Amino acid sequence: MNDLPHDSADARPATSSVRSIPHVPGESGIWIMIFGDMMVFSLMFIAFTLGRRDQTALFEASRLHLNQTYGLINTVLMLSSSWCVATAVQATRAALPHAARSYLHVALGCGLGFCAVKILEYGEKFHAGIAINSNDFFMYYFVFTGIHLLHVLIGMGVLIFMARVAVGTVDAKRLGYMESGASFWHVVDLLWIALFALLYLLPAAAAP
Amino acid sequence: MRIRRITLVWLGLLVATAISWKFGHGSLLGDPRNAGVVILAIAFIKIRFVILDFMELRHAPLGMRLGGEAWVIGVGGVLIALYRF
Repeated sequence: MNDLPHDSADARPATSSVRSIPHVPGESGIWIMIFGDMMVFSLMFIAFTLGRRDQTALFEASRLHLNQTYGLINTVLMLSSSWCVATAVQATRAALPHAARSYLHVALGCGLGFCAVKILEYGEKFHAGIAINSNDFFMYYFVFTGIHLLHVLIGMGVLIFMARVAVGTVDAKRLGYMESGASFWHVVDLLWIALFALLYLLPAAAAP
Repeated sequence: MRIRRITLVWLGLLVATAISWKFGHGSLLGDPRNAGVVILAIAFIKIRFVILDFMELRHAPLGMRLGGEAWVIGVGGVLIALYRF
């Protein structure tokens, strides 16, 4: 792994090897999808925060039922998987396909770990009699984390595809696939960063 | 051995997560509303680094990078305002 380039500027593809030339990572189509996804989640975050203003006490009492340790573990898994995927893209550019594939496998393992924690967490909620229709907070919780989990599952499929693409001669097309897939996975990561803060950590905004 | 930038970013994100965790579990700033603002601010700073360094918008065309930065400032700012005021 010591042969990997030292920063992302060094690691850009040969087609844009001059530092001053900007580079769009991946296909333009993936960015349209990412833009749409982030707009939808923006509205969801705002809806949740407005709901929180209206029912502060209920949201705070419900938040305290969440297992924040699970949220923390999943955040570490997401951040680490994102680092692995970013490193895999750099390894691909450096013509180190086996290193790239190994990093993608570790990222996939992090994704599996995320799903396992989520299943555990949902199971505990259901066991405690908490469901999507318990109150508005849990409606948001299950819908948001459920949609995010769907993104994780799709992203894991993308990671498997990337691991197959990573092995072989590196050309612009393969690199484009790698960058597009990586961009999608990073969106899954950044959406979780916001969800962890909003759902698990944010204390009541009411005056003490 | 020089450490790659994305590795430093990853370590920074983990440290930021630990700090926001601390703010979510104590009374570091007295009024929990202030802790909440810090938690949201840290979250969107983390997101900015994911966008710039992991998604590589730092080296993207200016308009694309500004779009990413605008999303972070816009959505983060709206959420903090709705939460705090």
